[in-house]
Formats: sequence, structure tokens, C-alpha cells
Amino acid sequence: MEQVNKNNLGAYFKHHMREYGLLIALIAIMVFFQVVTDGTLLKPVNITNLFLQNSYIIIMALGMLVVIVSGNIDLSVGSVMGFVGAFAAVMIVEWGVPVSVTIVASLIVGIVIGAAQGYFVAYWKIPSFIVTLAGMLVFRGLSLWLLEGQSVGPFPKSFQLISTGFVPDIVPAGVSGAIAEMVGTRNFNVLAMALGIIAVAIIIWMGLRDRAHNAKYGIEGEPKAFFIARNAIVAGALLFVMFKLATFRGLPNVLISMVVLTVIYAFLTANTTIGRRIYALGGNEKAAKLSGIKTERLMFLSFVNMGLLAALAGLIFAARLNTATPKAGFAVELDVIAAVFIGGASMSGGSGKIIGAVVGAFIMGVMNNGMSILGIGIDYQQVIKGLVLLAAVFFDVYNKSKQG
Amino acid sequence: MTSLLEMRSITKTFPGVKALDQVNLDVKEGEIHAICGENGAGKSTLMKVLSGVYPVGSYDGEIHYDGKLAEFRTISDSEEKGIIIIHQELALVPLLSIAENLFLGNERATKGVINWRDTFQRTEALLKKVGLKEAPTTLIEKMGVGKQQLVEIAKALSKEVRLLILDEPTAALSESDSQALLDLMIELKAQGVTQIIISHKLNEVRRVADIVTVIRDGTSVSTMSAASGEITEDRIVRDMVGRDMSDRYPARPRNPSDVLMEVRNWNVWHPEHADRQMIKNANFNVRKGEVVGIAGLMGSGRTELAMSIFGRSYGRNVSGEVRLHDKPVDVSKIDRAIAAGLAYVTEDRKSLGLVLDEDIRTNVTLANLDEVSRAGVINEHQETQVSEKYRSAMNIRTPSVFQKVVNLSGGNQQKVVLSKWLFAEPEVLILDEPTRGIDVGAKFEIYGIINELAAEGKGVVMISSEMPELLGMCDRIYVMNEGELVGELSAEEASQERIMSLIVTE
Repeated sequence: MEQVNKNNLGAYFKHHMREYGLLIALIAIMVFFQVVTDGTLLKPVNITNLFLQNSYIIIMALGMLVVIVSGNIDLSVGSVMGFVGAFAAVMIVEWGVPVSVTIVASLIVGIVIGAAQGYFVAYWKIPSFIVTLAGMLVFRGLSLWLLEGQSVGPFPKSFQLISTGFVPDIVPAGVSGAIAEMVGTRNFNVLAMALGIIAVAIIIWMGLRDRAHNAKYGIEGEPKAFFIARNAIVAGALLFVMFKLATFRGLPNVLISMVVLTVIYAFLTANTTIGRRIYALGGNEKAAKLSGIKTERLMFLSFVNMGLLAALAGLIFAARLNTATPKAGFAVELDVIAAVFIGGASMSGGSGKIIGAVVGAFIMGVMNNGMSILGIGIDYQQVIKGLVLLAAVFFDVYNKSKQG
Repeated sequence: MTSLLEMRSITKTFPGVKALDQVNLDVKEGEIHAICGENGAGKSTLMKVLSGVYPVGSYDGEIHYDGKLAEFRTISDSEEKGIIIIHQELALVPLLSIAENLFLGNERATKGVINWRDTFQRTEALLKKVGLKEAPTTLIEKMGVGKQQLVEIAKALSKEVRLLILDEPTAALSESDSQALLDLMIELKAQGVTQIIISHKLNEVRRVADIVTVIRDGTSVSTMSAASGEITEDRIVRDMVGRDMSDRYPARPRNPSDVLMEVRNWNVWHPEHADRQMIKNANFNVRKGEVVGIAGLMGSGRTELAMSIFGRSYGRNVSGEVRLHDKPVDVSKIDRAIAAGLAYVTEDRKSLGLVLDEDIRTNVTLANLDEVSRAGVINEHQETQVSEKYRSAMNIRTPSVFQKVVNLSGGNQQKVVLSKWLFAEPEVLILDEPTRGIDVGAKFEIYGIINELAAEGKGVVMISSEMPELLGMCDRIYVMNEGELVGELSAEEASQERIMSLIVTE
């Protein structure tokens, strides 16, 4: 009996190697850098930094996943991000336009850029590789032109807050100060900790509800041991990170927008008709079309969405640096695309998950951060990142061939 | 006659499944040997064992070839001995010429430089052998499937084939191309090429085969020979399915009522060649509870007619009128056609009908996703229930609806496609080659489903290249030739001869 059980667990693990492997890889990489950086990686200030540094990559990875699932690719996001940052800088700094108006205008510019590229891809059937390669050149050039080759900044405080602001605590300073004293730290942000606990509760509750549903319909789900282990790891990690954040300055604004967007996109892709149709379009465009799905429109919308998210990323990036530079966003598209592929999406479209893309982005982010702390040169960093991408995809292909 | 190939007690197990169980196959020198069996009976596994895809050691039993024990480890091992398989899916490079394809990997070259003169000369000789009148420089993509099949055979001949294995060679061919291919097989036999044919088309098997071996559930159940007159379709069918199938077409009460859909003055031009008219002024109708057939040769425009009606998914400058319940309806976009009550079940289920990497559930609901969702959010449990319902109603043989459709047999895949369209609740279903490439048992089930649809009062338009199927199933048959509907026959007056004569005389 014992033996049979073990075999089942083993078989299940093998079958879902990809999902667990990704999580295990992220943890392993974090533990590795935590050790070799003598504990610097997981210091509160560095965790906060990790989120600030990678937020724009993660936000764009959400859109890129959708584009890649639909069977396309967008090479222009780095340039678009830089262009929108430059556009916002020129509006605010040189023309004196109010921050709120600038933000709205910048997001609209992103949508228009996405629509323009999507139009050629979806309705004229020009390969997205070519259209967005052109876009990459065009918007790189336009940012240079807009900025006249100079950096433009600094921004007013209200604009910087998009990126570097923190959500204020919900309890009076006296209360949090008392707690801080209790746990022996300088600060303690009650909101961060509370949200962390609530998030863990929600994740576990949703997991349990899903299991109950599956059991009711006789669907064989994750073995109990895995369910408990996975949730324990996720909950532990989440509480740990939130605690660390709480002892520093609390929740960065960017983290909130990132989490909200991730939840929205995870829901959109997994639970809605539009998400389902995008997967069908990527899996078999002709069959999707003959099933009455408006494939062109979906493809077009996936690029519009990408443009919007690239614009948002551009604003966040510019706000963080407090200046717009002609080099902003250079080669960022490669990090974004790599994150999505490390996260398990397939180049041919039709498969990939939001959560995978986010974890993939974190894997890249932790490596960037850890290697920088170690003082490893940019040359080696690139080599190592390249090899990790290749290894992740190889792992994928190898697993598939094993399963036959 | 001596045996060229003897496979003795071949047993091949996959984790949990015994795909082949003590199969014996004895192929004599110079004969045409047919292997029949339902999909999943183990025919292709047996051929993979023979060709070395499953290397020696991964199966039990012995293969004797040309009097010696053969131990093939790779496909090239078996090819070296003259065993060549031509698969259902042709392995030609569309953008290369005939000559380039024939000698691909085996180029007529010295030190890597190709000798084109020699290549073309040999190509011409080979093409002559298979009776294909094309220039060696013709690109593969410019030719029809029938001719491509001949190129594959020429390629096999160029490798000095001794045992030629044809896997469903006529599945995608028209009647006349099939006949030509069968003639070629007989011609090759006369030249001493031993052949194995795997086929679902029993009339063809009867025509060419000297010996038939029937495989069922991984075992060889019977062997019959033409010389002793044992080969009859009824007997093959009985052995294949393990029971008597007295009637291959289940009966249904025939009482069509009012006209449900009518197509008037339908004209369609080729999507790329603007001057080529593909459909010429077609007029036809289908009544409630009626199964209407459209007969015709491959390339006669049947698929083009169907797809152009279904949301103009084919062609340009489409003109004409589609009426349902005697009112004109808008079918100018696929989603509008579906909303109007049309469904089109494609002839090419793998590339046009299914999202292969998704599960049954996802495929079943794809054309009517709104039915299982509220405000754009899918209710997964309702979705599971719906697909579960179709799985049991259609008898799709799989443990759950979470099975990826790529892993299903052809018959089960077709049932998934049908489920998808039934869930879209159409009034008129256009079925394009609904039983292509699926086995006898599954065919019977599909016919049963078609009958149920008719009994429910739906209108069914059935396009098929298998005339017996049309004659067995339809209340009326339209005959199509070169883009025109050239005749209409009632079930009573229709016969293979009358259909052919309508095609030929036009």
C-alpha cells in the first residue's frame, strides 16, 4: 500500500514537473543567493528593492504572456516603454502639463501604439516579429528625437510616487511603534502584515474550495501531500516577505499595482471567455476561426493591451529613475520575453500561464539582483541569464519528450 | 512461395497497455497483403515494430526477413533492407520540386555537388514507372494529394524497395485517383514488389489483396486468401468488430417535412485567382429531418460550396442568398452563420476542427462558450457537466473530459467535433466527409448520430467521397461537378452508376 502511494505521488510529480519545478527553482535560486550574499538578498531593504526593480518587467510580462499565447511576439515593448517615459517627461518637465493629465495621455499613447502594431499583425497578417521589430526601431528613434539625446528630469514629487511611494499604514504611529518595539525592529507596518495574512487566508481558502469542487465532480486533483506542501511553502514565503516589508517601509505602491494587475490577468486568462478564446486562437487559429471566434479582433486587442501595459511600465520606470533617458528600456523586451518562456509558455502559442510568467520574471529579477550584489560583471551576468533561459526551455522540451 | 517477412508472436506492451499480443504476420514474396482492423487495433504499432521505430528488445517475438532473423534498431536499418513505409501524412517538402524530393537525403551528387542531369534523368524514369505525367521540376505544392502519393511511391522505388508498406494510401484521394493508385499497386506486384496495404476501404482491399490479415484488440484474429475466395467485405467487417454487422447503415424513419434551408444562385470565386469561378450558380435546399448528400469528385467544389456558405470562410465575391424558414438570413461572417443556425463540420478535423493540445471539455464548448458563462466569466463546473454529457451521449471512449484530444483516435476526435457543433444548437449541419479515416465501428456510431439529428428535425447536408455511404444514408443526393450542381437524385433513383454518369456526361 505504502509503495503504491509513493509511486502515485512520484508519477504525479513527474507529470507536473514544470509547475513545481518553477517554484522549486525560484526558491533554490533565492536560497543560493541568500547564502552567497551573506544574507543581503533577503534584507528588508533589498526585498523592497527587488519589487521596485522588477515591477515594470513583471507588468509587461503579463501582456507579453497574452501576446505569446495568441501565437505572436512583441519585440517593441522595450522601445515603447522608453518612448512613453520620454513622452511623459517632455510633457511634465518641458510643457508643464499636470501629472494626472500626463499619465492619462501616456497610457492613451501606449494604447494607440499597440493598436497600430496590432492592426498590421491582425488585419494584414504581417508576422508580428517583423511588425514589432519595425516598431522597436521606430520608437527607439522617436525617443531619441523627443529627448534630443538628453536626459529629461527631474519629475515633481507626485509623479515619483507612482514608483517610489509607499502605502501609508492604517494604524496610528504610536501603535505600530509599540509593535515594532515588541518584535525588535525600527518600524512595523501593520497594514503590510495584515494584508499578507489576509492574502494567505484567501489563497488557502480558494485552494480548499477548488479541491472540494474537484472531489464533488470526481476530478482527480493534486495529491493531498502536495497540496499541503505547496500551500505551506507559498504561505510561509508570503508571510516572510510581508514581515520583512513591514519592518522596512511597508508596501510600495508599485507592489500593489503589480499584485492587482497579476490577479486581474490571471483571472482574465483562466476564467473568462476572452481568455479561453485567446488560448484557442494560439492553439489552432483556423479551428478557432471556424468556431465563430473573431480571431483578428482578439489578436488586435492583445497588442492594444500590450501597448497599454508597456506605457504603464514606461511611467513606472521613469518615475523610479526620476528622469527619462534615451537608453531607458533598452533590451528590456528580451528580459520580458525570457521571463514568459522561463515561465513555461510555448513559442508556438496556445499554452502558458500568468503565474508562470510572474515567477519567471522573479527568477530573472532575483538573479540580476543577486549577481549585482556579488559584484559580478555585466558580461558574466548576460551569459548566466542566457544559459538559465536555455536550461528552462530545455527542461520543458525534455519533459515533454519523456512523456511521449 | 517463400515468405519474405514473418513476424512471429510479436508482443509489445506500453506502460499499462498491451498494444500487441502474440501477433503473427506472414507475408509471401511478391504478394499484396492487406492488414485490416479498427483504429487502435494495433496496426500502426505493428508497422512501427517492423520498421524499427520500436527497436529490437523493446518488444517480444521475432521478425524474420528474407530468411534471416532481423533486428532493426532504427528506421534506416529497415530501409537499408528495402522495407519502406509510406505514411498517411505524406513526408514531402512542398516548396521543393519532385526531383529534389525524390532524392532528398540520397542526392545524386559527387562530393556534395548535385548532378542535376543525372537527377532529372532518374526522376523521369521513376515518374514513368508510377505513371505520373509531370516535369521533374514541378513543385510538390502545385500538385494534388493523389499525385503527391505517386511521388512518394516513386521515392520508395528509387531506394530499391522490396517491401512497400502503404498506410491508408487512398484516405485522401478521390475515386479516380484511388483507382489509379490501386492499378499501380497491381503493376508493381507484377514487377515483383511485395506490398502491405493498411486500409479501411474494404472494396479496395478486396480488389488488390491476395491475403488479408485482420487484427483486433492487438491480436491477429484471422487470415484469409483471395485464391480460395475467402475475402468478402462482410467477413472482414465481422472479424474487425468481432460481431456481425448485418446493416452498415442504421435505419431511420424517413419523413422530411418543410424546407428548412434554401441556397439560391450561389456564386463563389477563387480567393487568389480572381478570374476562376469555383461555384457556379448553385441552388439547393434541405428539409427538416432530411439528410441530403452532395456527391462529386475531389476538387469538384463541394467543400468550397459548404465553406463559402458558412460565413464566407472560403472564396471571394461570394454572391447569392441563403434562406432559413423561407426568410433570408445573414451568413456573411462565421459568427453570424452560427447565430443563424448553421454548423459546418470540417473534413480536416485536425487542422480545422480541433485545438489538439486542449482537452475535450475546451473543444466541446468552443463554438458556444457564452452558453456556459455569465458576463464573460466561464462557469467551469457547468462546462464540465456539459462536456461530460456529450462524452457519454456520443460514447467518446476516454476516462475523462480532461483528456487532450490529440491523444484520441480519429473516431473519437470526430465525435468531439460533432459534440462541439451540437452544443452550438444548429438547425442545419453541413458535414464534410464526416467518416473520413475512421474505423467501421465508429462510422456506424456516427451514422447513428446523424440519424438522431434528422429525427430531431434538423437538416443535414452530407458531403462524402464514399458513394456507398451517401446511398446508404441520404434521402436525396445532389451531384456536383466542376463547381456546378449537375443533378439531383432521390434515394430511390440514386445509384453509383447514375451518379458517375451525371459527373461524366456534364
